[in-house]
Parts: sequence; structure tokens; C-alpha cells
Amino acid sequence: MRPKIMQDVEALRGINSVKIKEAHEAGKKVVGMYCVFSPQEIALAADAITVSLCGTKQEPIEFAEKELPRNLCPLIKSSYGFAITDKCPYFYFSDVLLAETTCDGKKKMYELMAKLKPMHLMNLPQGAQGEEALAFWKNEMIRFKDFLEKQFGVEITEEKLKEAIKLMNRERSAMKRLHKLNAHKPAPLSGMDMMLAQWLKGFNVDKEAGIALVEGLITEVEEQMEKGIYAFDEKAPRILLTGCPIGSGSEKVLRILEESGASVVAFENCTGYKGLDVMVDENKEPITALAEKYLSTPCSCMTPNNGRLDLLRRLSEEYQVDGVVDLTWQACHTYNIESFTVKNYVKDTLNLPFIQIETDYSDSDEGQIRVRVEAFVETIK
Amino acid sequence: MYSVGIDVGSVAAKAVIFDGKKIVAKDIIPTGWSPKESGLFLYDKIKDSIHINDDQIKAIVGTGYGRVSLPFISKKVTEITCHGKGAHFIDPEIRTVIDIGGQDSKVIKMDENGHVIDFLMNDKCAAGTGRFLQVMAHILEIDVDDLSDIAKGAAPENINSMCTVFAESEVISLMASGASKESIAAGLLQSVCKKTYSLISKLNVEDKVFFSGGVSKNSLIKELLSERLGKEIISSDLSQFLGAIGAAVIGYEK
Repeated sequence: MRPKIMQDVEALRGINSVKIKEAHEAGKKVVGMYCVFSPQEIALAADAITVSLCGTKQEPIEFAEKELPRNLCPLIKSSYGFAITDKCPYFYFSDVLLAETTCDGKKKMYELMAKLKPMHLMNLPQGAQGEEALAFWKNEMIRFKDFLEKQFGVEITEEKLKEAIKLMNRERSAMKRLHKLNAHKPAPLSGMDMMLAQWLKGFNVDKEAGIALVEGLITEVEEQMEKGIYAFDEKAPRILLTGCPIGSGSEKVLRILEESGASVVAFENCTGYKGLDVMVDENKEPITALAEKYLSTPCSCMTPNNGRLDLLRRLSEEYQVDGVVDLTWQACHTYNIESFTVKNYVKDTLNLPFIQIETDYSDSDEGQIRVRVEAFVETIK
Repeated sequence: MYSVGIDVGSVAAKAVIFDGKKIVAKDIIPTGWSPKESGLFLYDKIKDSIHINDDQIKAIVGTGYGRVSLPFISKKVTEITCHGKGAHFIDPEIRTVIDIGGQDSKVIKMDENGHVIDFLMNDKCAAGTGRFLQVMAHILEIDVDDLSDIAKGAAPENINSMCTVFAESEVISLMASGASKESIAAGLLQSVCKKTYSLISKLNVEDKVFFSGGVSKNSLIKELLSERLGKEIISSDLSQFLGAIGAAVIGYEK
């Protein structure tokens, strides 16, 4: 039985697009973001609202392809398509955009997007190791802080930053607790609902209300667990989904997995657990603490990216996983290339079945994916 | 008691009846436009061929892309699992199956029990599949079954496009420049081998290797693949029925 609060979670779709408009009209500043490397805390400390921007649907891709190459990752095309067609209310109401130099495709797309709205670009180092990378990234935090102070005419104090860090840590730990419910065998929440809860939270205008909603969902799921109500039965193969980010509109592989009888219990991707793993150290000087936290994100744009393998190992153990699915978007070089390393690690070190699925947001390959996913699930059973 | 395996592929629908020991009936028909009707027609036809009725059938297992459109089956299983089981039934020493059908090509690895341990499948593109050969045979105005005979001994033209649509234009250009039908046919078969080999080489192919699917009827492809792999590739007149056999075996075991 699906938790009742999932209806409230789904209602966020409508509520948030109204709330963002109201907030904008009330003079609140909005910072639109795309990436898990974005230090939301700095924007919150500037009394701004932070929102995730749209980029998980197929519809605007054809418009993006008028300017962008077709053979580009669907996430970049969708993000850009939403921006130029003004179909994303969060983009529309954003006062500034925060971009970041993750992959080549995104950073070149951002050059075009910067013509639409004021944009600040944070430069990521190519690798996360060593003092130099951290010092460089810390300076990028300061540059972003300076940009917002100037743009919004505010002062971002250390006090404000500390408050924002505490708030975001609370949000992270609530989301983390929600994820960890599915470490239980059988899983109480479907992977589809888990994805939806986290994805919709990204558009949340009111952080406190969002945390309360997630905590309400946790309470209801825990009550269901006490009554023995679960989303899947004990025999359902337990899947760890890794790879590129997903959201509503790009959930094809997740949906097919669960329709084929698998229970997707863990999400290693950046729209899942990746950004929740490490908290910001509340006892350190805020800018340093933020730089450390965000640089620890094990994304494939970093080289090397051994942190991802370590996270996969921890999640596969904690969530008692039976198989690993690596979802990569077409033309996403970093994740597609890294898939070979992940495959070898999962098969040889974790001794788990592995499959990579490379696809895009369209439905055109649903039949073929279904064969591969069902066969993968059959090999696990 | 019997079990029936029905494999509704993109081009042909195949069915077999299994009595727990051997295959007692097999049949194949074109899938046509309706996988549901072809599946049902084939099911009735194969039952009639050995005069059995529904009471004598303990399970009907459907596989192939049309598995979702058969309302009368007791279970659906993917063709990947079925090919593993089918190959194991034909020869328990088979460890790798190369399957090239109408719209998919796959390589499947199994353990000593016929249980699939790994597999790879082409993506949504029809390159290197039976459909590719069908389209090309059509341009050359020959029957797809004759491709192998025509190509034998000819010096293959180099065909670079893997994409069915682009390869079509390439073949038309070759024809215009006066290349022979034989050498174009040889080039086409070479290109299917190249594409298949690039898929196979990602998995560590182990003996024995079995070749299944409609394209396995093409003896030259089998020869060329075996050369590239440096391994013997076996096939049988039951190759095209491998999925249906696996389905029937799974149904009987159930």
C-alpha cells in the first residue's frame, strides 16, 4: 500500500509553481540551480530561495536541438530546451542562475544559457584530491558569495552561513533517513516513490515545510512497516541504481525495473543518495566546511573518481543489494566511460550481477530495454 | 503431459512441444502484423499437428518480443533466459550463445546448468541484425536465404555504414559504380560479422559456442564469425527454435 502522504508529495508539483510566483512577487530573490555541486547554503544565507531547475523531460528537447547538437546528452538538451521555451516556472522566476563546470557538454551549453539570465559559473577543479584542489574550490565558494552579495545587495555573514548549513544538514539528514528505510528487507517504499519524493523536494520553496513533509512520510512508512506493509515482497531482487541523474520524465529505466519485479532500494546517483552521504561540518569555518563537503561529491566529472566505487560498496552492503544497474545517458562521456570501471569493480570485487543501460529520455527503445531488464532480473532470481 | 514454448519474434513466430524428454513437434510461421493472432494461430496449429488438447498441456511459456501480446500463456520469460535454457537442452556443454534475430543481436553466457550468467544485446538500432540483411537483399533483388550462396567466394566490397538506412545508400552507390551483386553481398555479410564481433568481444567467449536465431541459417556468416573468434561455432537445424525450446523446457520444469 502506498503511503498516503505520497499524495501530498505529489501535490507539491502544483503548489510549488504557485509558491515560487508568490515569493517572486513578494520580492524574494530566487537562485536557480542544476547540479549537486551547487552550494545552496550560500544562496540561503543571502536570504534567497534555491530551486532545482527543470531538465528531466523529453518535450523541450526538440526545441533545444535547433541550437544544440542532436548527439548530446538528453539532460543538457532538456535543461536548455526548458530555458529557451520558458516552460519551466522555476527558471522563469529565477533572478540568477548558478552554473558549474562539470562536464564539457554542460559548460558549453551554459555559455548559451547565460544570454538568457544573469548567471554565475563556478569552476570545479578536474580532480578532488589534494590541498590545491580544495584551495581552488574554496576560492570558488568565495567568488559565488561575492557575486550574490553584489547581485542582491546583501551581506552574507558567517552567522547566516552557519544557520543555512544547519538547515541544509537537517534537510539532508531527513532525506538520508528516508532513503535508509529501504535498507530494510523487504523495502517499504518503491524506488519510484523514493525518486519522486526527492525530485519534488528539489523544487520546494519552503525548506522547513519540505523537511516536515519528508519527516511525515518517514513516520507513516515506519507505521506501515510495523504493520508489515511493504512495497515489495521478500523475494523481489534488490537493485542498486547508479549512473546519471534521473527525475520525473526520465524515470524510464527505474520504472521498467520495478515493472519487471525488481525492487530498486538504493540510488547512488546525484539525484539520490550521492549528495546526502556527507554532511557539512558545523564546527568549521563555514566556507571551508562547504568547500570540503561539495568537493567530496563522487561525480564522474572528477578524475580519478574512486569515491564512487567506495560509495557503491557501502550502499551494496547496507541495502543488501542483489544487482547493480548503471544507467547512463547517451553522449554522457564521463559516465559512459566510467561504466567499464564500475562494471569490473561490481563484478570482480562486489561479486554482484551488473548491467549498463545507455539510453535517452525518449520511449523509442522501451521494448529493447524491457528485454534486457527482464532478462537481468531473471538471472538474479 | 506436455509443455509448449512459443517464441514470437519480430519476423517469425516459432513453437515447439516438449514431452519432458524430447521435442515432439515444432513449427514456424511469419509473425505478420499481429503477434497476438500469429501466436494463437501457431498454438492451435501445433497442437493439432500431434493431436493433443489443452488438458494434456501443463504449461505454455511465451517468449520473444511478442511475449507480452499472448493472453493464453501461463508465463512469459525473456528470450535471453530461454536461449540459455534451449542451448543447454540441445547440448549441455554449450557456454556461449550468439543469437541474431530479426531486430536484435545478443551474446549470452551460461553456466553448466544453462543458467544465464551474463549477456549483451545491441541497442535500439537494427544494425547487424536480420532486418539489415532483409533490407539489403531486397535492394539486391535476391532472397535473403540466398545471400550466403551468392556471396561465397566473392571479394567483399567494403561497406562502412553500420546503420541500415545509411548502408542502403552505400549499397545503391556501389551498384551504380558497377560493383557485382556477389561482392556487395559478401561485403554486407562481412559488415554483419564485424558488428556482431564487436558485441561478442566485450564478453569473454567460452566453448562451446552456439549460433542461433534466423541469421544462423546463413552459413557464410557462421564461417566468418568462427574465423574472427578463432573458435568453432556450432549450429543445428533447431537453431531458429532455440528460444521456443528453452521456453518449453522452463514450462515443463515449473
